[in-house]
Amino acid sequence: MIKEEKVIEVKDMVKRFGSFVANDHLTFDVYRGEIFGFLGANGAGKTTAIKILCGLSRPTSGKVTVAGIDASRSPEEIKKRIGYMSQRFSLYEDLTVAENIEFYGGIYGMTRKEIFPRMDSLIKRLDFESYRDRLIRDIPLGLRQKLAFSIAVFHNPEIVFLDEPTSGVDPITRRQFWEMIYETAAGGITVFVTTHYMDEAEYCNRVTIMNEGRIEALDTPARLKEIYGVSNMEDLFVAITRPKNK
Amino acid sequence: MNTAAEALHITHRFGNTIALNDVSFRIDGHELFGFIGPDGGGKTTLFRIITTLIIPDEGTMTVLGRDTVKDFRSLRSEIGYMPGRFSLYQDLTVEENLNFYATIFGTTIKENYHLIEAIYSQIEPFRKRRAGQLSGGMKQKLALSCALIHRPSLLVLDEPTTGVDAVSRVEFWEMLHKLRDDGITIIVSTPYMDEALRCDRIALMQNGRILGIDTPDHIREKFHEKLFAVRHTDIYALLLALRSSVAVRSSFTFGESIHITLVPGATPAEIEKHLTEKGLAGAEVTEIIPGVEDTFLELMQK
Repeated sequence: MIKEEKVIEVKDMVKRFGSFVANDHLTFDVYRGEIFGFLGANGAGKTTAIKILCGLSRPTSGKVTVAGIDASRSPEEIKKRIGYMSQRFSLYEDLTVAENIEFYGGIYGMTRKEIFPRMDSLIKRLDFESYRDRLIRDIPLGLRQKLAFSIAVFHNPEIVFLDEPTSGVDPITRRQFWEMIYETAAGGITVFVTTHYMDEAEYCNRVTIMNEGRIEALDTPARLKEIYGVSNMEDLFVAITRPKNK
Repeated sequence: MNTAAEALHITHRFGNTIALNDVSFRIDGHELFGFIGPDGGGKTTLFRIITTLIIPDEGTMTVLGRDTVKDFRSLRSEIGYMPGRFSLYQDLTVEENLNFYATIFGTTIKENYHLIEAIYSQIEPFRKRRAGQLSGGMKQKLALSCALIHRPSLLVLDEPTTGVDAVSRVEFWEMLHKLRDDGITIIVSTPYMDEALRCDRIALMQNGRILGIDTPDHIREKFHEKLFAVRHTDIYALLLALRSSVAVRSSFTFGESIHITLVPGATPAEIEKHLTEKGLAGAEVTEIIPGVEDTFLELMQK
């Protein structure tokens, strides 16, 4: 599944806000088609790093390349090549399902000729025919999350960033959502995901755990559990983010 | 034991949507009671009824022996409520917010400081910072401090741990246990199934209905079938292979394993054989004790 083709390359990335160091020399690579879990305690610096990777903020120093684009020099170019879905807001509640798809397709520079056939096949694949002309606010939350994800990859980006995509979602939908992630990654789109559900960390090819602005661990879930001598991801998380307790 | 809250046949609608559908339950005093379930299940609507903020369309809600509609005024001073969305004043400082809530309830920070000390001391170094500039974890601690400052008999917390990291969540639940041991009844909601185990009793909620109410251990016993965990390093391939087996009745991913139930008459050995044929040799199938999430998944499908 993981090819040796890097789609994200981060070397010595530092981000400072005044005297506060939010990202302290981060170095990591992410490969094409990989499901990459980005974990850490609240305030560890995850959001800061994701903003840089998405071209929304520039690093203070270091070299960051996303989809072949230099994040310091051309952040705007990065935005065209990625998809992004946040935990809360991603769809317009007062637009219909079809209008949301059309809107986001347009934002990413797709033509109507490209959008409509792809929209039809997406709606069919999601089994959404009866929701096509319904307002987002009138469709169940679980379906909204699935749609938001599909829209985030609608323009066929190289990488999709998912920020707590399953927060508050029911347990069945949460699992269906991860199956969509697997399918997407198998299709060659890299998935960069954050989550507070520790079982979901197990579904990633590799996970990184951040603490106080630094990357403390980066490997496959199985290897990390072995290295830290723990039996599950929650214990691993505790061992890394609260080392004094151990 | 005295009753802290009792709902009888509560139904509530928003337009055509039924937010709560004939919900009844009883919560004892000094209990840590959890409403577990996804967004849109009706938890927030229920909490607004418990805290006297909305009037149910049908049914009655009694809190601390009083009716939430008739006696809302006296009840409000005895309930501490932490809404799901951060609702403190963003442009007041940490200290100003706490002071404001203390004053509203006719008390002072000093008088009840002991109640909030364990929580508030962690954000006290930032007491001059505006609430809007706090991190998520700090906002949560401030909101809990403000909900506690008048020493309520009943504390109602709507998804206090949503979006909070796994370690901070554990610490938060430890604080709740201390408050419960101090005699405060706590009603809390959460979408995280693993947190159910930290409650004395739980109600599983979905689509405005209660699927079951009991202690976490008894809830798990409601799972009537044999449950097996299947492990293999390639989880996605394993899931697809299990789905292709006619012997598998249900299959759900659970972290590093997949939990399955079998059709009548099928055996684990049959599954292992099927997986070997699918190229997944070495996959282990072991019987396990169901968790709360397993039960929830089963109840959801009924």
